[in-house]
Amino acid sequence: MTNLSMPKIDRKLIAKKSEIVKDLKKIIKSENILYHEDETRPFETDGLSAYKQKPLIVAFPENTQEVSKILAYCNKHRIKVVPRGSGTGLSGGALPMEDSLLLCLGKFNKIINVDYKNRCVIAQSGVTNLAITHAVQSMGFYYAPDPSSQIACSIGGNVAENSGGVHSLKYGTTTNNLLGAEVVFMDGTISKLGGKTFDSEGYDLLGLITGSEGLLCVITEVTVKILKKPQTIKAALVGFPKIEDGGNCVSDIIANGIIPSGMEMMDKALIHATDNFVKAGYPRDAEAMLIIELDGTNKEVEELIEKVNMIAKKNNSSSIKISKNEKQRLKFWAGRKAAFPACGDMAPDYYCMDGTIPRGKLVQVLKEINRLSKKYNLPVANAFHAGDGNLHPLIMYDANEKNSLEKTEKFGAEILKYCVKVGGVLTGEHGVGVEKRELMCEMFNNNDIQQQIKIKKSLDASSLLNPGKVYPILRKCAEEGRVHVHRGKTKFPDIPQF
Amino acid sequence: MSIEEKQNFPTYHNSDSISYPVNEKEVSDFIKKAYKSNSSIELLGSGSKRKIGKPLQCSNILNLSKLSGIIKYFPEELYIKVKAGTPIKQIEDELKKNKQQLVFEPIDFGYLLNGKSDYGTAGGQIACNISGPRRFKVGSVRDHVLGFRGVNGKGDIIKSGGVVVKNVTGYDLSKLMCGSYGTLVALTEVTFKVLPEPEASKTLVIHNQKIETAIYFLDKALSSSHDISGATFLPKESKSLGCVMDIEKTFKLNDLKQEGSITAIRIEGSKNSIDQRMQNLISELKIINVSISILEVHQSEVFWNKIKNLEFFSFSKNSILRIVVPPSECVKLVYQLSNVFKYYLDWGGALMWMEAHELSEQMFESIRRKVVKLGGYVTMIKNSEYLPFVEDVFTINKDRFNISQNIKKSFDPKRILNPGKMYTGI
Repeated sequence: MTNLSMPKIDRKLIAKKSEIVKDLKKIIKSENILYHEDETRPFETDGLSAYKQKPLIVAFPENTQEVSKILAYCNKHRIKVVPRGSGTGLSGGALPMEDSLLLCLGKFNKIINVDYKNRCVIAQSGVTNLAITHAVQSMGFYYAPDPSSQIACSIGGNVAENSGGVHSLKYGTTTNNLLGAEVVFMDGTISKLGGKTFDSEGYDLLGLITGSEGLLCVITEVTVKILKKPQTIKAALVGFPKIEDGGNCVSDIIANGIIPSGMEMMDKALIHATDNFVKAGYPRDAEAMLIIELDGTNKEVEELIEKVNMIAKKNNSSSIKISKNEKQRLKFWAGRKAAFPACGDMAPDYYCMDGTIPRGKLVQVLKEINRLSKKYNLPVANAFHAGDGNLHPLIMYDANEKNSLEKTEKFGAEILKYCVKVGGVLTGEHGVGVEKRELMCEMFNNNDIQQQIKIKKSLDASSLLNPGKVYPILRKCAEEGRVHVHRGKTKFPDIPQF
Repeated sequence: MSIEEKQNFPTYHNSDSISYPVNEKEVSDFIKKAYKSNSSIELLGSGSKRKIGKPLQCSNILNLSKLSGIIKYFPEELYIKVKAGTPIKQIEDELKKNKQQLVFEPIDFGYLLNGKSDYGTAGGQIACNISGPRRFKVGSVRDHVLGFRGVNGKGDIIKSGGVVVKNVTGYDLSKLMCGSYGTLVALTEVTFKVLPEPEASKTLVIHNQKIETAIYFLDKALSSSHDISGATFLPKESKSLGCVMDIEKTFKLNDLKQEGSITAIRIEGSKNSIDQRMQNLISELKIINVSISILEVHQSEVFWNKIKNLEFFSFSKNSILRIVVPPSECVKLVYQLSNVFKYYLDWGGALMWMEAHELSEQMFESIRRKVVKLGGYVTMIKNSEYLPFVEDVFTINKDRFNISQNIKKSFDPKRILNPGKMYTGI
């Protein structure tokens, strides 16, 4: 970790480590507490491995009561708590602090209830996203949100980040597929939000906690909607000689009243990288490629493919390939889902960005990314959830080169600022975390941020739950009101200060 | 305010206290002033849903209906940004020009609450978060609000969200606005997600079923892959004394020739697709020796509009309750409640609309206990002359009340915006 500023470290608390461990052993089994340096090292980072910090203590509660007791204890003794699911997050949302307790939900790994009558599943928060689909697929059901990390990421983490995936265009993100949750607030209060009913009365607390990045509560159990698999699903691979043509095709499809279940775009760099990686049969001569997935009855899918084909041709498509069977369809997706690891072949390190823009601005933003790539002399490969305008530019760099991470971060920040400039947002599904914290002021003014901080404080008065995340701390409006700058350097020094 | 309007506002005080701001700054200034002087404000749009929730006695009325107009509409971006006081009707008419719609099906409460059609405003739809028959498939109002601007209880202008669907930048305050009945923020601007309207719609009607078999059919249909977008059951039971609900009177449709209860399942999409789905559905339901009808496009639309807009209850002077339970519990619910009251089910059984004649407060509380036990909630949508006031219009437990109170304070520390509209103390 280079110059990342975090809230002030409580040295006195660190000195009391053994006392805290002793107290915790009264709450949970001693084998569920890790506190030696070697034991805590595996937890020093999450999916954003550029930042590392070992926590003071790692705790693995086994049930909601234990979570409640740990939080109440930490609240009383002013101990910071960082919740963690599977640690696959890409914005540093589960980055520990030196004086924090890392609360791991790894033991919350059971599916509690599969309820076909109410078309929902109740699962503990540490269950992986894919395990939910596995639990119901024998009856032809599935859980719709499918982030690329679905094999590993936890459903609780999905709620905390409001994860999307490649099918959110038609089926929505986590927030649209969540019926209920059991959560624990910082003071230890256990609360059931929602349930098996549609909506609930009063304030939409379920909506508020979804995407709150572990700042408001710890999620211990979720109730999610399951859907019946569509009768027919087909995917089309469409190649374009120019990136503009691909971008226009995306807008045209939507303008024609078609909502595909997924519509992904990749640029040439990524087409090659992923095709080398999984041999998906991508059009290697194309400058841009769309994966368009359509589902419904067989007649409907045929009809839609016909329409999409015509729209693609009108937009100068150079090739179109329709999946002939389920195996081939999954192969088409395998490349896209391996976009991140495939980049490992292109450079020692990569940095994944996550802005969302109005989809009509795709081409404009892509041109700007290419311009910036030249400016910073860092190659970039682009994967977009084109249907909903969510961009994942992958910046290639070599962390061993001096200052390369700083340069990469600056590049990334410029991309995100540009996203906001064209009417988009900083993050579509990875969360703000520590990564985009200081950029929040690009989108929000003091009033907006203060209102959010007030909500945070109304549920966590001493700001102990996941501090240093989401809200800028290098500013006067800061939550902690304290500026900690390492060696005179601030992250993103050019951000506007109000 | 005209005389007629004044008469329609039961808590009317005097015209000096009603303000009609025309821009966001005026809203902010008004609330700042009220904040300083500790005076409460009732927020109003068109007033179409004003009777839902507890009646207010506020020092001021802030009528936001003049904050009206479409700000931006980009059909290919699937969003429309409007001022909060824009009539829903105007938004829907505009979307229709591009074959798009608000897919959550805004309900026209005008018939029920004020005797004539009134969809109310964008802000009002968000404040109440009550959605139409497609809810189980497409989500509720809250799933279609992408962002907003508004003024909190201190007079600060705040915003959240944006114009894009995928967005986790900061807390999702748009969700919190939905169903908050104006107790957190005076909305000034909102952005809705919009979607293409289906090319056509068809409805399968299964006649004369008992509740058990009706729910069996609805459950099977909703658990299928046929993309069902409506699932309702209208019982045919002997007339309840004093209730106005009457299926036959409400549905004088050519395609509905049979008598008895109606179990209806809607399919929407392209013409070819819905024909194929309908065939598949009928064979999957294994409907044998049962009489069915198919409502074609036009009649199907009329049918679902009547379901959505609560036309059964027009001119009813009785209490109207909205009960939501897990779909699996609805038969139990009906057996526990229906012998006294008239009702119909929507959302495949998860939603019950009930008309209750001479409902006493004790009976209402007993219904609430039963509903909560089944894992659901009940809202008093309309009071009757017999029971003009109930203490708890909405259902809440102690924990949630405490959290809600904290949330309320973070937006409106002096509790001046619609105080007590939902719960005493919030």
